Amino acid sequence: MPILEVNEVSKKFGSLVANNKVSFNVEEGNIVGLIGPNGAGKTTLFNCVTGIYKPSSGQIIFDGTDITFLPAYKVARLGAVRTFQIVHSLKEMSVFDNVLIGAYLREKNTEKASEIAEKCIDLCYLNKLKNARAGDLAIGLKKRIEMARALATNPKLMMLDECMAGLTSTEVKESVSLIKDLKNKGITFLVVEHIMEAIMPIADKVVVLDGGIKIAEDSPEVVIQNERVIEAYLGKKFSKKFQTAAKTVREVEEND
Amino acid sequence: MINKNKNKQDFIWYSLVLVLILLPLIPQVAANSFTQHVLILILLYASMSQSWNIIGGYCGQVSFGHSVFFGIGAYGAGMAVVKFGLPPWPGIIIGALSAMVVAVLISYPCFRLKGHYFAIATFAIVEIFNRLFMVWYWVNGAIGLDYPLVEVGWKNFMWYRTKIPYYYGALLLFVIIFSTVRFIEKSYFGYYLKAVREDQETAEATGINSALVKLSAMALSAFLAAFCGAFFVQYNLRVDPPMVMSLQVSMIFVLVTILGGAGTLFGPLLGAMILIPLQEYTRVLWGGMGRGNDLMIFGLLIILIMIRQPKGIMGLVNEYINYKKSRKNVSTEANIKG
Repeated sequence: MPILEVNEVSKKFGSLVANNKVSFNVEEGNIVGLIGPNGAGKTTLFNCVTGIYKPSSGQIIFDGTDITFLPAYKVARLGAVRTFQIVHSLKEMSVFDNVLIGAYLREKNTEKASEIAEKCIDLCYLNKLKNARAGDLAIGLKKRIEMARALATNPKLMMLDECMAGLTSTEVKESVSLIKDLKNKGITFLVVEHIMEAIMPIADKVVVLDGGIKIAEDSPEVVIQNERVIEAYLGKKFSKKFQTAAKTVREVEEND
Repeated sequence: MINKNKNKQDFIWYSLVLVLILLPLIPQVAANSFTQHVLILILLYASMSQSWNIIGGYCGQVSFGHSVFFGIGAYGAGMAVVKFGLPPWPGIIIGALSAMVVAVLISYPCFRLKGHYFAIATFAIVEIFNRLFMVWYWVNGAIGLDYPLVEVGWKNFMWYRTKIPYYYGALLLFVIIFSTVRFIEKSYFGYYLKAVREDQETAEATGINSALVKLSAMALSAFLAAFCGAFFVQYNLRVDPPMVMSLQVSMIFVLVTILGGAGTLFGPLLGAMILIPLQEYTRVLWGGMGRGNDLMIFGLLIILIMIRQPKGIMGLVNEYINYKKSRKNVSTEANIKG
């Protein structure tokens, strides 16, 4: 049973079509990667799902509820929370307060909410920075605050928009293991990501967008063999070269 | 650690209230009605600024329209006494409630604007209400309302020969408004206000209905500002539109809070403690030079402090406390090593 169904969603800005009839499902308990080259419409699609944009047509169903035209805060209350590509940490507030705001969504009592926030801070390895001012931290930690805040709302589906871009390789590894941990706790993920090393090993399914159109949807192993995907990333010319090179390699291997 | 800070703040607050309650027992204060006047104004301005602080400081929506709510509160009490010959109390309640309604009605469209545009829109609102009350026959237009002589006492909230009851009235107002903000600051609503101030998009993505948060903050802020207006008219015994509904009055709300520290509990009090003595004593000293000396000095002060610390005097105080703390940590570390 899919927790999120995206049915033929299109988004137009004037005459520019950012998403054209994109459909895919996110199954409960899975990690789904949403990838594609720059300008493929990943973030636009994300914004449509999370209620920041209203889709021009199509339908989005989350956990049995039609969320196509719901405002962002109602989508979040239903249990689908997101993080932003460009971090929007609440910079004048401490790390703890940042996470506490997430916790207040389900628990209005300050003491109980603090306990939840405390747990989420632990989970995201932010223990030592609890009292630091969020605006003072490096980008990697800010991204982790975003995750902790989203986590504190006790979500069913977490949508991460390039949560690993700009991180060092150690930080990427930490984030990947964090996502795996959370998946084991039963949270579903929809992840927009550019860093293939990060998303490919953990994703159960990858959806590839290019020019606003879905060009592939399959398991990571299959998707990276897909000709159109390679073409989208490398361009036609290089794609051909890549293919011939791959062929020669295969032939050489076979000869050996 | 959080608990410790909380207790400390509680201690400061309760001792402050106690000192303020006992203040009129000091002979110098009891004998000098000018000092009492200054103290009353400090408490009134601190309360006004604190009511503004809810929407302007904690929620980050800079409103220049608060003189409208202040004025509505003042006219509420004034109309009850002057036109209906009643005690001011029903007028105060009706005034505060109508200020709340007006706040919601004008903020709803204005909140579609963000940042500076919101501030500009509220400027216009003040002018509209000023003109409106100037020509509104029922509220005596530009002539204003002059209080008749009535029986003194708490029933009419009016005294002629002494200012001490006014002082306690102002103190009551101060305690009510500051306690409200203290309560909000610790509750989820306070955190939601700050979240909306820091980043509306994040707030929405975390499930906060930012439009509702801003509207309720504005309504509460207007409600409390109207009480201040009612106190002002009871103390002044006269009200006309320029006295209460003007940009000058709006500026008091904004500047006092910003100097003291917007979004902090004690900021408005500190700001008022600087502005009022400045205003009243320059008037005594340099009265002949014309009006506005105090605002010139006050403006200069704001510039100087903002250059150093945009969070106002409270920002400076916090900076100092943190500096002390870090010094202490360094010395304890040194002791351990030594």
